Amino acid sequence: MQATPDNQPSFETAFAQLQTIITQLDNTELPLEEALRLYEEGKRLSALCASILENAQLRVSALNEVNQTPPPTAEE
Amino acid sequence: MDAFDFNAPLVFSVSSLNNYLRELLETDEILQDLWVRGEISNFSQPRSGHLYFTLKDSEAQIRCVMWKNAALRLRFSPSDGMQVEAHGAMSVYPAQGQVQLYLDLMRPAGEGALYQEFLRLKARLDAEGLFDPAHKRPLPRLPRHIGVVSSATGAALQDILQTLTRRLPILRVSVAPSPVQGVEAPPGIIAALRQLNQLPDLDLIILARGGGSIEDLWAFNDENVARAVYNSRVPVISGVGHETDFTIVDFVADLRAPTPTAAAELATPITAQELSLSLQAALETLDARLDGRLNTARQGLALAQAELRRASPRAGVQNALQRLDEVHARLERLGRSQLEIRSLRLANAENRLDALNPLAVLRRGFAIITDQTSGSLISRAAQTHPAQGVYLRVQDGTIPAQVTTMPTGAEKDASNP
Repeated sequence: MQATPDNQPSFETAFAQLQTIITQLDNTELPLEEALRLYEEGKRLSALCASILENAQLRVSALNEVNQTPPPTAEE
Repeated sequence: MDAFDFNAPLVFSVSSLNNYLRELLETDEILQDLWVRGEISNFSQPRSGHLYFTLKDSEAQIRCVMWKNAALRLRFSPSDGMQVEAHGAMSVYPAQGQVQLYLDLMRPAGEGALYQEFLRLKARLDAEGLFDPAHKRPLPRLPRHIGVVSSATGAALQDILQTLTRRLPILRVSVAPSPVQGVEAPPGIIAALRQLNQLPDLDLIILARGGGSIEDLWAFNDENVARAVYNSRVPVISGVGHETDFTIVDFVADLRAPTPTAAAELATPITAQELSLSLQAALETLDARLDGRLNTARQGLALAQAELRRASPRAGVQNALQRLDEVHARLERLGRSQLEIRSLRLANAENRLDALNPLAVLRRGFAIITDQTSGSLISRAAQTHPAQGVYLRVQDGTIPAQVTTMPTGAEKDASNP
């Protein structure tokens, strides 16, 4: 029962990307056009992060209780 | 004034004797914090809920009291003949002059043996390095996927899930249920740990159980469980029992939490709320960085514009224009004087031209004759013939006329070329 909608990046991934963009934006050598593009991307990522936080619901999955003997493997 | 009799004996009242005795007992460190082992006799528990009994061994006995509050926390029902270990402080009950033990903890004597076993195992594993702080792995500040080993039906699991939901709902949680007490608990816990260790992206494991008696918690003092925790690839937080309960697993775990709820809290040092604040801050930094970048660009532009102005051909053009203006002005000055000279000359020439103008003669009564058809000037009689139309141009106009007869002298002139 894997209930992970992994088609969108996780908060951590998006937030890390946002941090990277912030670091990149600190570079004054950056062409202005590139800076604006990064900024737009940063805005998009932060909105994504905010929506992930807002809509988050703990995703709990239960593993089957295993026997004390290890389960048979494919070779057996 | 009577002199004080220094030699008279000091006489106590009974009350002050008891008080003195009590003070003596209550200021003795050993007597205020001691464990005593013995057999219960004369046990009674009146309506008040307090427990009164005697602890004895083969040669001695002592009165004991356990107040209701402490009695309610007992994990067993004491009765006559039971061997127990009890903890408390000595004092005096003045009303009866009774020296007695005021107990706050008590356990069956067998637990003492368990405890000894616990201490021996703890010492052995400690010597082996299982508790070595160097082996303890750092826990991720922001876990994404947490594993929980606990009873599927216990309150501990509910506490943990509630806490995680409250603090960091972006988490994924994988629960590996296992019995947490009884003989099936150690192998169950070991299997659950192994199962969770197979999840490749698991960040940490919470191994938890709610409070219980020392026997209830015994699975967490199992050597094999301790080794499974030690060998877990994924870091383990233990949250077993209550604050006061310490198990071997607590010492082996990468982090010991006093309760299951606390384990869930320690597993999530950063909450969603804090993430939200960080996000806010990041957004502000993002804006500030862009502003900074734009400002840099603006300054760069201003600099470039200034540079451009300095280097611009416009300045050269203006200089040239100025020079042009000067030249122009000089030319104009020059031109005017030339013009004046020219117009004087022109007037002069016109006067002379006037004097030479053949039309000027007309004003004196002469006429100019031209042929009406050819327009050519007639200056000789031979150029005319009878009936020829001519124009006589006089000073104020032209008179059309006709030659009537043969002009005189015409033949002579004509035969004499």
